[in-house]
Amino acid sequence: MNNDTFKIGGKEFTSRFILGSGKYSMELIKAAVENAGAQIITLAVRRTNTKKNESILDYIPKGVTLLPNTSGARDAKEAVRIARMARELGCGDFVKVEIMKDSKYLLPDNVETVKATEMLAKEGFVVLPYMYPDLYTARDLVNAGAAAVMPLASPIGSNKGLATREFIQILIDEIDLPIIVDAGIGRPSQACEAMEMGAAAVMANTAIATAGDIPAMAAAFKSAIEAGRSAHLAGLGRVLERGAAASDPLTGFLRD
Amino acid sequence: MVHINGKDEAAAGMTVQEYLGKNEYPLEWIVVECNEEIVPKADYATRQLQDGDIVEIVSFVGGG
Repeated sequence: MNNDTFKIGGKEFTSRFILGSGKYSMELIKAAVENAGAQIITLAVRRTNTKKNESILDYIPKGVTLLPNTSGARDAKEAVRIARMARELGCGDFVKVEIMKDSKYLLPDNVETVKATEMLAKEGFVVLPYMYPDLYTARDLVNAGAAAVMPLASPIGSNKGLATREFIQILIDEIDLPIIVDAGIGRPSQACEAMEMGAAAVMANTAIATAGDIPAMAAAFKSAIEAGRSAHLAGLGRVLERGAAASDPLTGFLRD
Repeated sequence: MVHINGKDEAAAGMTVQEYLGKNEYPLEWIVVECNEEIVPKADYATRQLQDGDIVEIVSFVGGG
């Protein structure tokens, strides 16, 4: 029995691995979700093709919470429109607010993100805003009614890891909402480190989608996230400023 | 003309239901937005597309 749960929007989760569904085949989603042990999966909303004969929803195991994003939105108003369309598609009230004006670095617009979070929270959405890790913005997101905060580790899709480590740590220490590290996590070791720092969960997509074996990498991330969480709960050992400290007794040497 | 998913189409006068049916859209997986407001499924049969309407027809795809 896993008693170490976290809550978002009144739902309780035991898995701390949020899986993305972009950039790999729908046929692999089920295996990836199962190997990841994921209970939340992200989706995007796009213009549809006519004569489309299958839906990604058919490939997502039942019981998994859907977290549609507002990617493609350039401002708060567009994000609200996309969120409403996602809710109308019958996936529940969860939404990951993702607003970008810049197509080169894909950095989130924190100001518009706060606006969208406030508008959507008022409409009853469970809002998980993707943001650049900034303490003041995170506080604004709390006041705007966010259910969690999703700071980026490094640019989306870069697999570069925890470039914003110090600033994410500040959010973990100061913000009384689940901090979910999103974007840029490229390796299980980086996901593990985020969890050791005290993140509530990690979200990954490209790291899995660009791996040699997608389901196997999903499993590797699951193990790493669980290990990092256990380490956080155990309390990490201290680091010496300088020098060394023997692990072995300092008495009873043969020469004594 | 009606601006539908980025293209101008001669669909003015058709109902949403007629347009979707003619173009074989999978009704169960889509949402229709007209002039930035969602068109409820119950209104598809009666809602007539007007000249100058901006329509978006969307569904879920894989994403992060």
